[in-house]
Amino acid sequence: MHKPVAGLIRIILQRLLLGLLTLFAVSIIIFIAVNALPGDFAESILGQGATAEAVNAIREQLGLNESPLSRYFSWLSGVLRGDFGIPMSQALFQSFTGASTGGEVVTVVDQIVPRLKNTLFLAGVSAAISVPLAVTLGILTALYRNTAFDKAMNVSTLSAISSPEFFLAYILILFLAVLNPVFPSLSNIFPGMEFSDRLNKTMLPALTLTLAVTAQMMRMTRAAIINLLASPYIEMARLKGLSPMRVIVTHALPNALAPIITVVALNLAYLVTGVVVVEVVFVYPGIGQLFVDSVKIRDIPVVQACCLIFAAVYILLNLTADILSIISNPRLRHPK
Amino acid sequence: MSDVLLKIRDLKIEGRSDETWNPIINGVSLDLKKGEVLGMIGESGAGKSTVGLAAMGYTRDGVRISNGTIEFDGIDLVRASAAVKRGLLGKRIAYVAQSAAASFNPAHKLMDQHTEGPVQHGVASRKESEADGIELYRRLRLPNPEEIGFRYPHQVSGGQLQRAMTAMAMACRPDLIIFDEPTTALDVTTQIEVLASIRDIVEQFNTSAIYITHDLAVVAQMADKIKVLLKGDEVEEADTRTMLSAPKEEYTKSLWAVRSFERPTKPAINVSATPVVSIQNVTAAYGTVDVLHDVSFDIHAGRTVAVVGESGSGKSTTARCITGLLPPRIGHIEFDGTPLPLSYKQRNKDQLRQAQMIYQMADTALNPRKSIGETIGRPVEFYMGLKGREKRKRVEELLAEIELEPTEYFNRLPSELSGGQKQRIGIARALAAEPKFIICDEVTSALDQLVAEGILRLLAKLQDELGLSYMFITHDLATVRSIADEVIVMKEGEVVEQGPKKEMFTPPHHPYTDLLLSSVPEMDPDWLDNLLRERGVDNLGDAAVDKM
Amino acid sequence: MTALIWIIGGLLVMLAIAWGFRSAAQKATDNKPYFRDMPLGVAFGYVLATAAIIFSLWYFFQPKDVDGVPQAGVIFFRWAVMGLLMAAAAAWVFRTIFRNVGTEGSKKLFRSMPLTAAFGVMIIIAYAIVSIFAGFIAPYGQEEILANANIVAGGDPALGGNPEFPLGTDQIGRDILSRLIYGAQNTVGIAFITTCLAFLLGGTLGFLAATLGGWLDQLLSRMVDAMMAIPALIFALLLMTIATAWAGSEAWLVTIYMILIIALIDSTRVFRLSRAVGQNIVVMDYIEAAKLRGEGLGYLIFREMLPNALAPLLAEFGLRFCFVFLTIASLSFLGVGIQPPKADWGTMVRDLSQFINFASFAPNVAITPLLAAGAIALLTVAVNFVVDWMLHKSSGLKE
Repeated sequence: MHKPVAGLIRIILQRLLLGLLTLFAVSIIIFIAVNALPGDFAESILGQGATAEAVNAIREQLGLNESPLSRYFSWLSGVLRGDFGIPMSQALFQSFTGASTGGEVVTVVDQIVPRLKNTLFLAGVSAAISVPLAVTLGILTALYRNTAFDKAMNVSTLSAISSPEFFLAYILILFLAVLNPVFPSLSNIFPGMEFSDRLNKTMLPALTLTLAVTAQMMRMTRAAIINLLASPYIEMARLKGLSPMRVIVTHALPNALAPIITVVALNLAYLVTGVVVVEVVFVYPGIGQLFVDSVKIRDIPVVQACCLIFAAVYILLNLTADILSIISNPRLRHPK
Repeated sequence: MSDVLLKIRDLKIEGRSDETWNPIINGVSLDLKKGEVLGMIGESGAGKSTVGLAAMGYTRDGVRISNGTIEFDGIDLVRASAAVKRGLLGKRIAYVAQSAAASFNPAHKLMDQHTEGPVQHGVASRKESEADGIELYRRLRLPNPEEIGFRYPHQVSGGQLQRAMTAMAMACRPDLIIFDEPTTALDVTTQIEVLASIRDIVEQFNTSAIYITHDLAVVAQMADKIKVLLKGDEVEEADTRTMLSAPKEEYTKSLWAVRSFERPTKPAINVSATPVVSIQNVTAAYGTVDVLHDVSFDIHAGRTVAVVGESGSGKSTTARCITGLLPPRIGHIEFDGTPLPLSYKQRNKDQLRQAQMIYQMADTALNPRKSIGETIGRPVEFYMGLKGREKRKRVEELLAEIELEPTEYFNRLPSELSGGQKQRIGIARALAAEPKFIICDEVTSALDQLVAEGILRLLAKLQDELGLSYMFITHDLATVRSIADEVIVMKEGEVVEQGPKKEMFTPPHHPYTDLLLSSVPEMDPDWLDNLLRERGVDNLGDAAVDKM
Repeated sequence: MTALIWIIGGLLVMLAIAWGFRSAAQKATDNKPYFRDMPLGVAFGYVLATAAIIFSLWYFFQPKDVDGVPQAGVIFFRWAVMGLLMAAAAAWVFRTIFRNVGTEGSKKLFRSMPLTAAFGVMIIIAYAIVSIFAGFIAPYGQEEILANANIVAGGDPALGGNPEFPLGTDQIGRDILSRLIYGAQNTVGIAFITTCLAFLLGGTLGFLAATLGGWLDQLLSRMVDAMMAIPALIFALLLMTIATAWAGSEAWLVTIYMILIIALIDSTRVFRLSRAVGQNIVVMDYIEAAKLRGEGLGYLIFREMLPNALAPLLAEFGLRFCFVFLTIASLSFLGVGIQPPKADWGTMVRDLSQFINFASFAPNVAITPLLAAGAIALLTVAVNFVVDWMLHKSSGLKE
């Protein structure tokens, strides 16, 4: 039994390494992108009216006087230590008031962590609703394919996929907040609020994300199951006189696991993107909104950090899908 | 209770395509007695599998039984409820599919799948069924019967899986088993073992069976009586010996006659003449693994050299070396006495023109978006520089050469042609280059026998007219017998034996050649018995191969 | 809590009705196989669907206002149902016309077309016409500020409307209908150009990678892998940060940069697909035959491969277009996409979104932001319907 497990572990370690490499490549891309700012971004941020001292102070703050390579490595080593620097707004403030204010310095990490928690809560709620819903509906439509039920689901999921998140969001606001005040349309989440209250305020953004993600997930599940049901071993199971339930549970499900896991992970990765727009619509204090705000004021350290976090989550989810589907593949679990 | 187990009357089946129901089977009737084996043969599209599945009361998605009755032991399977049918399937009627590798669930061990039927149908406990499974594996002569059931399907070879599937079908001791082309995907030497074990076990348990195949020689070994189907219609049915010796219908006679095509023997080769193609000490590798070891042979003008061997023997790799797609690691190829550059990229236009290739799958060999005229016209233009009207004239000549009506086919797309016609277009494209030498890679193995025979006759005619040399790659010895002048036998990347056809088909020869030749089923119903007696029942393929 | 009890109770009652319905049907049809082998779940589905239809009918015919207070829910529901029915009817008429008019090929095409695909084709054509001829169709200019601001949609003076502005005007007095029409030109046109660019870049590189293989393939694929590890919208936002800095105060430059950025990001997806499609074709024997004939790279790619890749690439073009279109709309909605004063649907939704809150007492006011968002959704739905049909057709033909 040792050999197959060792082989499996080797494959998984390879994937993990590949994931780390990708993350490293992403950090380079982000760094290069940021350094493509015109001239020197201390100037471009402060505008033309800035005094030389102010520009210099900013430069000092952000280490702009060093070479790009050493800047990259000091940024990377900071990131590895969990230090993303300080936000531009802080740097600006300090540069105008004298470098050491003695007051509290709010770092990028301080800004991001509570918001990241909120975003993860939102994503968690929508995943908790959408995953079971999508998988159930996907299996049902695959089993009853080409019926009126399947066709109706096809049309409605296509419509949901096609709608921009903000459209879905406003429709939900219209029906569940304005016309029938079931949930609040603004999600003012703050630390220390009760769970039920928090859930209530998160519900509308979560439902929007659910709508957007469920449709895609359901269609992919359906396709995977139909593909599976067409395989000769399912026909064989039927021809052995097994009950439809048994055919599904013991013959289809073990093999459906890998594709379904992949579908779920891919769509959760998609949530990451969806979160940005939805958080803006509902003024939800998550990392997506912080990102958009930082983009607008060109707060580079925050933008960099958010980008890296989004990419890391994305890579992590894809990696999880990859590894889970390797584990669930009998060919890899029991090699020849 | 009568002794008729299965009674089908006027069975009509329809399939759904283009939003309408179209007939697939137009009224088939049959009777099957207890312990009797019915062979069902026909070309692709004859509806054999559809009838076989219908005999189990089962239709695939998009297919429905529109008329007729299927009575199994007094139960009408057309009108029976799903629950009643479930009670019969697996328990009293079992199925053995063509591809065992795809029909075993990859997620479960063989034994778990074997015992599932008996346990679910309440025939036996898991323990009893497991013990019985091991016994069946032993009877089917599977190696390590105690252990093999506890492997996953992908850990077991194709021939063994096919036997394990037969064992699984036997698990509940059914009254009827449907065998749907169970040996088609196997090599000849493996096929023998599977055939012998299937026949033995069916006899031992006095099971009735419907044996579906396109191979006449196989059905001759397995069946008590034979039914011939053609495009969903019943052609005729008779006792096996009667059917083989005196078929009534024209269609059946033509099927039988295919096997008799053979070209006259040509005079011996002038040894001093320069061969058209000479393969000299070629060793080739994919990556770091050598797949060809020191292969040498000559192909002379106007001759057909058949290269025979089972899958993985290096036949196609040899062809890739000759065409320059896989430059050999050691050795080289000579054409008309001058060495060719190893890679096709270094060869000049004339060198490329002289050696042409015809492929096994006509579907992938023709660009589906190009009309026949364009496909054949391109080499005419590319090599001969003909354009416009001259080009068209030449293409029409070529179409006439391959016996297709020029004006009718010029503008057609490959999807509008039958398999045999597509293969003819492939031939015309090769001829358009006016080559000296053509490689034919399994050109008939994807075709029905009648069509394949037409292609063989055409190739023979073209050789006589144009003096072409062929390298004919095939695994089918019947094809070798009908078209080859010289034969090369390959095994695991090496040439095992070579010589004129006549010598190759008369003993003595290399043990592998012997095994290969003797494994090819013949139309004689006693062939399998005789062969098994000759080899000794336990000394089947596996053993024979191991000895070498 | 009580609501939960009601729901569970209702479902149980429906389950009982389903059971009764099935046994009654079995009796009535003399045990026809369809009802005999029907699982209870399917019967339950029928009952559920029937209940939903009955409820919809009942709700549809509720009064529009009670004691002068408009019942916004009923009004919106009626609009939705009417819209759906009208769309279906229009699509049906459209399909019927083209089944009988046109060339043999197009007639055949329309005969095999489901209603959804016909609807999609119709909408796409309509959008194309509107965006090309926006200047002729729109009653006012897109940047034209008219005297009257905040006119309510519907053109009913009693409700604060004005027949001259059927969809009303926005906060600073621009005609919403005109802006919607120009929005088609700007948003759809820009998305189309972007998708074309993405295909030009990704498609060419993808085919080259598939045909040549080797180090080029490795290099490009690894680069694309790294770029695709950043979610598209996030990457776009990051690059837009830089682009806006470069563009300075030139609004039109931002748009140009946005086109380039999204085309670049999207070309990675196109690269993946065209490389995969190309690889499937490259292993075909007819490509080998052409190589052995001595054909050059250009002939191989353009004459042998491309014609066979057109169908999957066309379907992908549709999907990519939707994606690009939605990304642009999202960027504009977030305020970093197409810049004002150009009319654009994403920006319009953001600017008008506050009107939603008036829905309960003034449905006509609330509809405006939804119109722009709906315009986006309608086009993507239409394209998706057509693509879905194309994919279904090509997968069906293979069998």
